Amino acid sequence: MGIPRFSILATTEEAAPAKRAEDKVSDTFFQKLKGFSSDDLFEFLATSIGSLVLVILIVTSVVLTRGSLAVFGKFGFGFLTGTDWNTSLGSESYGALPYILGTLVTAGIAISVGILISLGIAIFLSEMAPSFLRSPLSQVIELLAAVPSVIYGFWGLFVFRFWVRDYLETPLSTYLGWIPVFHGTATGYDILTAGLVLSIMIIPTVSSVSKETMMAVPSSQREAAYSIGATRWEVVKLGVLRYGRSGIFGAAILGLGRAVGETMAVTMVIGGTPGPYVLPTSLLKGGVTLSSLIATEFGDATGLHLSALFGLGIVLFLFALVINIFARLMVWRVFKVTGGIVE
Amino acid sequence: MIPLASILFEVVRNGATALSVQFLTGTPALVTLPTGNAALAGGIAVSIEGTLVLMGLTAVIAVPIGLLAGVYLAEFGDNRFGRSIRFLNDVLSEFPSIVIGILVYSILVVGLRVGFSAFAGGVALSIIMLPIVTRTTEESIKLVPRSVRDAAMALGIRKWRATISVVLSTARSGVVTGALLSIARISGESAPLLLTIGTSSYFFSGLNQQVDALPVRIFLLSSENYVSGAQQQGWGAALILIVLVLCLNLAVRIATRGKYGAVRSRI
Repeated sequence: MGIPRFSILATTEEAAPAKRAEDKVSDTFFQKLKGFSSDDLFEFLATSIGSLVLVILIVTSVVLTRGSLAVFGKFGFGFLTGTDWNTSLGSESYGALPYILGTLVTAGIAISVGILISLGIAIFLSEMAPSFLRSPLSQVIELLAAVPSVIYGFWGLFVFRFWVRDYLETPLSTYLGWIPVFHGTATGYDILTAGLVLSIMIIPTVSSVSKETMMAVPSSQREAAYSIGATRWEVVKLGVLRYGRSGIFGAAILGLGRAVGETMAVTMVIGGTPGPYVLPTSLLKGGVTLSSLIATEFGDATGLHLSALFGLGIVLFLFALVINIFARLMVWRVFKVTGGIVE
Repeated sequence: MIPLASILFEVVRNGATALSVQFLTGTPALVTLPTGNAALAGGIAVSIEGTLVLMGLTAVIAVPIGLLAGVYLAEFGDNRFGRSIRFLNDVLSEFPSIVIGILVYSILVVGLRVGFSAFAGGVALSIIMLPIVTRTTEESIKLVPRSVRDAAMALGIRKWRATISVVLSTARSGVVTGALLSIARISGESAPLLLTIGTSSYFFSGLNQQVDALPVRIFLLSSENYVSGAQQQGWGAALILIVLVLCLNLAVRIATRGKYGAVRSRI
């Protein structure tokens, strides 16, 4: 029996390596016999279809670049630092800075809050939960991930917003309103709510990847920590968290990627209009993110306006690409480092 | 946990008040009166139909392609190219859906002049669904035990025949699981549809015509600030959507309970 193929997530049945040495020998044997065989055709077909993903990514970058050429041609890099958003013909001026910052701020809130909660859930599930609870709880969290984002947005707009307004924002603005970051009236229709909704949305992703990471930590680490007299929490901190650090970090970045790309839920609760006033200087202000602006204005945009939206799109594309690649690398690295553990 | 409970609770409570036979079934198409007028009339039958049409269309496009791509990764994906494809596949699966919407808009709606259409929406959703189906197919194929593969080889049939007839059949339920779960997931996607299916209040009239869909309708209803009854309709639509998605999810997960842990965790 060969070395079992490693799969990142647990399989319940035996995993089979895809191609044995004997297969390769018999393939070349057939090839020598028949030249271009139907197996070659199959492999060619499968490979081309498999490369479709690459093609899609390349085409996306080409399309976005072409579309945003006009706006970058007119404003150059000033597009990325400007704050205007004037769509009236003749005095058009576009700047993406408020929306870049808006995306970053909402995503920032999302990961700060989301990570804490997700780590808590992950630690509970992997270290402390009795095993009969583990599966149903994980299922419930997966169900949380299955909820469509518009519904998160709808709920955020008509339910959660008032909760945030009453229990978070009103006290914040009453007692801490002198701090610039808490300026503004507490309506709940603002950046803070958007960030919090996003944090709820990324909990399933971050917690499940963190949980997998923690469960992949070999018990020898935990046992070693116990053996030097660590308390339960110290075992978790020293034995598990430190070891799985890059995996958990990767999970956080994955969540960041999701938060950056999320459109609908954010659009529905963030409540800002494009322009220089929407620079995210306060949590209690309405805001606009890259994706929410694209979503709201794309339908009717033409000409330079449309090109500006493409410009936003390419910034978003690059953000998402960099974040996702970085996150995947971190997560893959953890599992390589732990030596390919098959559960 | 609390947010999940709150969401479900609120959707059910508010949605239930919007439900009525008139609202749901075969009834008047959703008619949007100009803002400021009296309550919206009609129901969301159009949206439900649109969502179902889109789900079917997406499945037809994405499942065969994803299947082949998954086969590629499982059978031929051991080399560097295969690893990078797998990596890019994972990257694409987390992509902002609105960028996919822009892509399909540029190529189909404008470039090829298909216009806002159900077809464009289906393509957009397929692009989102493709990486997931690919990954779950690959995982399912990898679960097929060596003995099955060996037996196929022992029959003396060609490798491609062995893969298709034997290995895929064995992996069939895992593949179907992955496909169903991913369909459930994309049925809730709204952002790419906003840019590709246009706005429609009429029943499905053709692949190249605009179509309505539940997630889009929910979004539109949420921005009708001055029309009373819009919010209620939105809750009703949300209830339908969430019932659709959760039922599909729960059914698939219960039916395959304990099996295909690797496949299910991919969604």
